[in-house]
This record gives sequence, structure tokens and C-alpha cells, in this order.
Amino acid sequence: MSLQSVPSVPSPSGRPVEVRERRVRTGGIELCVAELGDPRRPTVLLVHGYPDSKEVWSQVAERLAERFHVVLYDVRGHGGSTAPKPLRGGFTLEKLTDDFLAVADAVSPDRPVHLVGHDWGSVQGWEFVTVRRTKGRIASFTSMSGPSLDHFGHWIKRRMTRPTPRALGQLLGQGAKSWYVYLLHTPVLPELAWRGPLGRRWPKILDRFEKVPPARADAGGTGSAGAYPTASLPEDAAHGAWLYRDNINARLRRPRADAHAHVPVQLITPTGDAFLSERLYDDLERWVPQLVRRTLPAKHWVPRTRPDQLAFWITEFVSAHEPEPESAKDGDGGDDAAGDAVAVGPAGKARRESRARRARDLVASGPYGERFGGQLVLVTGAASGIGRATAFAFAESGARVVVVDRDGEGTARTAEMARLIGAPRAWAETVDVGDEEAMEKLAEKVAAEYGTVDVLVNNAGIGLSGPFLDTTSEDWKKVLDVNLWGVIHGCRIFGGQMAARGQGGHIVNTASAAAYQPSRALPAYSTSKAAVLMLSECLRAELAGQGIGVSAICPGFVNTAITSTARFTGVSAEEEKRRRKRTARLYGLRNYPPEKVADAILRAVVRNEAVVPVTPEARGARLLSRFAPRTLRAIARLEPPL
Amino acid sequence: MASALTGERAAELRGFSSAQRLAYECAEAVAARLRPGVTEREAARMQRDWLRARGVRDWFHLPFAWFGDRTAFTGFRIPLQFFPTNRRLEEGMPFILDLAPVHRGFPADVGYSGCLGPGPHPLHDKLLADLQAHRELLLREVRERRPLREIYEDVDRLMVRQGYENRHRAYPFGVIAHKIGRVSDRRWSPHVLGFGTQALKGLASDALHGHRDGWSPLWSPYRFSDHPPRPGLWAVEPHLGFRGTGAKFEEILVVTDSGDPAESAFWLDDDLPHVRRWAKGA
Repeated sequence: MSLQSVPSVPSPSGRPVEVRERRVRTGGIELCVAELGDPRRPTVLLVHGYPDSKEVWSQVAERLAERFHVVLYDVRGHGGSTAPKPLRGGFTLEKLTDDFLAVADAVSPDRPVHLVGHDWGSVQGWEFVTVRRTKGRIASFTSMSGPSLDHFGHWIKRRMTRPTPRALGQLLGQGAKSWYVYLLHTPVLPELAWRGPLGRRWPKILDRFEKVPPARADAGGTGSAGAYPTASLPEDAAHGAWLYRDNINARLRRPRADAHAHVPVQLITPTGDAFLSERLYDDLERWVPQLVRRTLPAKHWVPRTRPDQLAFWITEFVSAHEPEPESAKDGDGGDDAAGDAVAVGPAGKARRESRARRARDLVASGPYGERFGGQLVLVTGAASGIGRATAFAFAESGARVVVVDRDGEGTARTAEMARLIGAPRAWAETVDVGDEEAMEKLAEKVAAEYGTVDVLVNNAGIGLSGPFLDTTSEDWKKVLDVNLWGVIHGCRIFGGQMAARGQGGHIVNTASAAAYQPSRALPAYSTSKAAVLMLSECLRAELAGQGIGVSAICPGFVNTAITSTARFTGVSAEEEKRRRKRTARLYGLRNYPPEKVADAILRAVVRNEAVVPVTPEARGARLLSRFAPRTLRAIARLEPPL
Repeated sequence: MASALTGERAAELRGFSSAQRLAYECAEAVAARLRPGVTEREAARMQRDWLRARGVRDWFHLPFAWFGDRTAFTGFRIPLQFFPTNRRLEEGMPFILDLAPVHRGFPADVGYSGCLGPGPHPLHDKLLADLQAHRELLLREVRERRPLREIYEDVDRLMVRQGYENRHRAYPFGVIAHKIGRVSDRRWSPHVLGFGTQALKGLASDALHGHRDGWSPLWSPYRFSDHPPRPGLWAVEPHLGFRGTGAKFEEILVVTDSGDPAESAFWLDDDLPHVRRWAKGA
């Protein structure tokens, strides 16, 4: 075993992280192991997939190194590790388990490690956490894009024995996504392709189809660990074909019946994965007693495209399955070493229970807890109405929320209630969205103190009703400042941060049914909202390539405070007051709750919908605007019953 | 206050007051006996049995019990959904007991909100604490002799400001309160759809008189409630809902025709569980 120092890589916080590399000898081969961070901290072991080497983790590892002892190793035959001879039969899961145990014993001899796997790393991880001989060596497992081959075998069997249309659809769907697996089973050809043209073009293919930009060693001074894909890729991919040939057939034909996980598992499912169906994990509760599910709108290579989110979830999960900090501090963890597996007696039981509780608390109770847990959501106009309901809905799904509005009392209230229903953190910010300078300042503060916004909801808006000829330019300015400029500032400043981070996100703009339903009563308001609708559509086109979705929400008549603050032009103050009251009553009679709009907003983010009319009247008007616009024009001439 | 009232009136208020106390005692006793797994029907039966054992023969309405998100009337469309179901109570679940026994001819109508288990229940506590502002607002505006419909809207606005949903809107006619009066003590006291016939008779006769004179025994958001508070006893029940958690109180507000604001309206009894709770928290 030799220990050598390699150039250090800068961490996201700017401090360089030292990478220590060593070699571990096991079963006739040598594994290349890299370590980051303080070895006294809990060990997080990252296992890469196919065709990759440990460098796929570099961004995630840097982020984790601040809190943990991070260990990466090249799987046998990949990167700096040597390949077994002969290759056939050298890549069985049993041998890969030997490798893992050898590395774990070398880097963390007396404490169990937290395992994280991507793709084939995750397939291996499932083997490690379901076989007996690793008991007590693993504290938790985070799996992404790699099912257990045994679970997969049972999944296929179940669907073959009960071939309902749905089961067949799922089988055919995954069957089509596995095209490359069949190709890898042909002899010699894959090796030739990888060592030839495919290997040369792989970085471009990754960039084009998977949106994984190649990282050069010299680019941005990320050090040698930053280069990706590495120069060894053609060899890695050629050797790695044996991962498939040695295991797939054997395991899928005769899956183990006892493949139950003996550690808590966090499953992160990218929803845009081209190689693995989300349905593969439907039966997972059968095999994993302590399962936490997460979904991520991304393609297959999440360690490259979503390092921030992964680091956050891994940190949260690992911390929840570590002993309390005080016991970790007071020694090298001698008595905690065995972890869950051998914790006995009443103290052990209590500890296990408290851990299980903490793990349960990791995913919020809301319907989209898997998707929004820990994300940062900023909602404007959140002191009341739709904005407030939206902040609550995100809070219920476990998101951290930033509540923005002009009304300081209202924002404080929203933030307070958001914390009570599940938001891990909630902050109130009193800002006028129409004020560019204030928005810039807010963005700086949010970026510095809370992080980059994952979901932005530009919801703030005010009402203005009255004939165009009675609307002064002052009135126009007021309405456009909030309804249009507020959205522009939000999209430009926060959307800019989102795009600069390059890890996806979502922008929701609250337009209105008035955006496509003309009306003589709402010329200014409708104009502002139509602009928001078109802005959202254009922005959606622009940001689509960067994994940032944009949705426009068109609520319709919703019972909120917008009626009681709306301005009515061309009438006396008394008449304005009467009309406000009358409108508020009419909206109250309609009584469409803002909570339903909030649900539509969350759904729109999850499904990345472009334009979402919410109330039946908004849907009807949307339909008419496409197929019978003359009807809408006739409706537009009607005087509202005020 | 009692000095300003005639002896007969004071005796009547004492009757109502003791009926209300009995009802709250029942609610507290039953709430203390609730365990995980108890159904709404069982909780309602526990209330009925407790009160029958203490001489209650007639009801303004039969006891209700709501558990979990039914405390916020989630998904309620028809009045039949108010009746107790087989929903089982779980640890940490909110519950509401709503009972209206007639005791010696004096009806009471009370609502008791709680949460099962030792806690903490920060969200439920918050709802309960925020009900205090509504109790104060209602009394203040009734003393100002504001039209009931406007007071209703003010309560509504306060709820919106607090971030809650108005859940008393789900009650029949969306009432936040209804008048309550003495009923004759009969040997046979049938009930229809959960409401005692004697009490319904009283409400119907009030509604008839009120219709002639321009007032209503139902305090609702509609035009028929657009009148100043009518002297008499009102069972007031503001009900907050917040994402599947509901909380309410219900107690009797006495409205008189006195010119002195303090005597024109007052809560019948200030020694009630929710009021004691606020006093302790303050």
C-alpha cells in the first residue's frame, strides 16, 4: 500500500481539498483509491458506474469533503485499478464485493461506511447491502440509477407470470431502454468500438445526448481530478463490458430470493433517465425495510449534472444515520462501530428507534415530498392568496422557502406557518418586486445566505379594472411595474443565477386567464398578464437546453385578496369601494380556493407543463381562444355585473 | 353585571351556564379517555353515555366527533358527512368534540378541540392560540352593534390574514353562530337528523318571527344576517382550518338590549378550557 499526494482540487467554498491517493491489493489485482477530507469524520464511499471511472464523482466528492471522509475507488479494470486475468469471470458481483470489503477495511477499519453508488456502482451497492458478509460494515446506502439485479430479476418474473397490459407495457418499456445491454453481450465488437470510434467520440456523445459537458483538467483550474471523461475511458469501457457478461444473465435468470437490504437505503431516481424506467423500483418496499425515495428531474449522469442536490441529499441521509454528534466526538467511534447491525439492549433499541424516526422525517408528508425535499423555493406575493398557498404547499413537501412580499407582516406570518407544516427553513423578505435595485439586493442575499434558488415562483400581482380611456399612465405604470416588471426582474436575476449554476431548476410565472380572454373591464391588467404569458413561453424555449423549465399559470377567478386591493379607474372613491366589496363578494361566491391553484403549480413544476389554466372557466376560455376566438371577443364586450 | 339583571334573568343565565359547564366537563372527560384506535362513532357514543348518566334526556344536536383531516372538513360536500364515521384516532391526530345537550331545559352547545398524545403539537397549538383573536373580535364588534353579516366578514378577513381557511362556512347555511333558547322539558324527546325536535322547533319559530321583523336566528354571510345583533343567547363557533388540521371553540355569547357596551354583550362564562389555556399561555 503506498500513499501519494496528488494535486489538490479547490472545493466549492474556495478552500483547496487535498486528494490522497493509495493502492489497495486484493485478490490478485490492485485498486486505486482516493481519499478526501478528515479521516476522523464518517466515511462516505462513492462507487462509479459504466463507462466511467472514479472521476465521475469529483464534483460531488468536493462538496462532501467539507463534512465527511470521502473515499472513491476505481472498480477493477477501470481507471487506475488493474484488470483481472482472465477478464471472463473476473467481474462477478462476488469478486466486486471482495474489492469493496478490502477498500472499506483499508480506509475505515473500525467504523461502517456510508455507501453511495451510481449506475453499476449502485448495482454493486445493492449486492453489498443484500449479502450477509457485509453486515456491520455499511451504515447506509444511497442508490442512483442502478437497480439490484436480483430485484430486477424478480421484477421481470412477476410481470411475466401476470402479464396484464400494464405489466407488459412496463416490460416492453424497460426492454427497449436496455438496448445497449444486448449489444454489450456480443463478443469482441463492443471492445473494438470502444477502443475505436466510439471511445473517441464519447465525450461529444455525452455532451450532446446527456447534457454532460466534458471537463478538462486545465479548465477552471479544477486540478487533475477534474478531467472528465478521463483518457482511460476506452480501456475502462472495454473491460467494463464484462460487468454485463459476467452478471446479467446469471442474476436475471436465477435471482436470489433473500436479497433483502440490511441497511437504510435512499433511492434517488432521475426522472429523465434514458436507460432505466422509474417503474423498476415499484416493488422496492418488499426488499428494503427502511427506504427513502427521492426524484430528480435530470438525465442519467446525475453526479455530473446535479452535484449540489446529490451532495445535499447524501449529507442529510448520512447525518440521519450517524450516531449523535456527541458520541461521535468523544472517541474514534469504538462502540458505534457496529452501527445498526449489532446495536443491542435497550440503549441500542432506543438509538435504532430514534434513527428510524429521523429517517422517516427526512421525507415530508406532502404529495411531492420525494421531489422537493430540501430544495430552495422562492415565492413572490406570498403574504396572501395564491402566493401564500403555494409557499405552504412547497413547505408541506419539505422545501426550504423564501417568502417575498411588500407586506412585511404577511410574509412573517407565511414563513412562520410554513415552518409549522414541514419547511426545514423558511425566511420572510419584505421586498417590492417592481423595484429592480431591491430585487438585486434580495438576490445577492439569497445566494449568499440560503443558496441558489431551485424553484422560482413569480406570483406577485395587483388588479386594475376600468375602461382604457379612463386609465391614466400612472395607473398603467403601477400595474406594469408589479405584474410585468416584477416577473422580468425575477426571471432575469434569479433565472440568471439558476442558469449560471447549470444544475437545472424551474420558473413559474403567474399569468391569468385574462392573458387570453380579452375584456373591456380589464385592459391594463390583461395586457400585463398577456405579456407575462408570452414572456414565459419565450423563456421556456430559451432555457429548455439548460434543464430549466418555465411554466405559466392561468388561474381564473380565485378567492383571494386581489379583489379587495384592486384599483377601479374612472369612478369615484366611494364607487371604487363599493365595487371592491361587490367583486370580493362575487369571488367569494365563486369560492375557488387558492390552495387548488397551489396544487396546480406544484404539479406544473413536477410535470414541467408550459401553460396551465386552472379553474374550469380558465380552461374553457383557453379552449375557446384556440377554437372559437370570436366567442371570446363577444364575451369581451359584456359589461361585468358590478 | 348580575346586579343589573333581574333575578329571573340571572337564574336563567345560571341555568345556561351550568349546562355549558356540564357539556365542557363531558368534552374534557371524553377527551381524556381517547386512545389510539378509538373511532369517531365510539367517541360520540362516549359523550352520549356520559351525559345520559348525568340526567341529559334531550339534545340540541347529538354529539359529533371529528378526527384527523375531518376536523377541517376536508372534502365535505353534503351535511351527512358531519356525522361520526369509523375513522380511527391515531397518535398526534387532531380531534374535535362538538356536543349540545339540553340540561333541565337549558341547552348548551360547545366545541372542544384537542390533539391526541403528549405532544408537542406546534401547529394545533398555533391554531388554538389564534382563536383568541377571534373571540375578542367577535365580542368587540357585537358590542359596537355592527351588522352580523359585517362581523362575519371581519372574522373571515382575520382568518385570511392569519393564513387560515374559514371552516364554519361548511356548516349548514355557513353559520358562525346560531341563537339558542330554553326548551320545554318533555319526557319524550325525539331527534331528526341529529337535531332535537324541541330545539328545531325553537329555531323555526325564531326564524319565522325574525323573518317578519327582519332578523334571523342564523348568523351567516348572507343578506338575511344583515342586521344588528339581536338580544338573546348565541352559540358562537368560529372554526379555523389549515391544510387538514381544524380547530374551533363554541360557547354562548349573551346579547342584551342594554345601552352600556359592557353589558350589551358578554361571554356567558369565562372559565372554559380554551380561555384557561390562553390565560396560562399569556
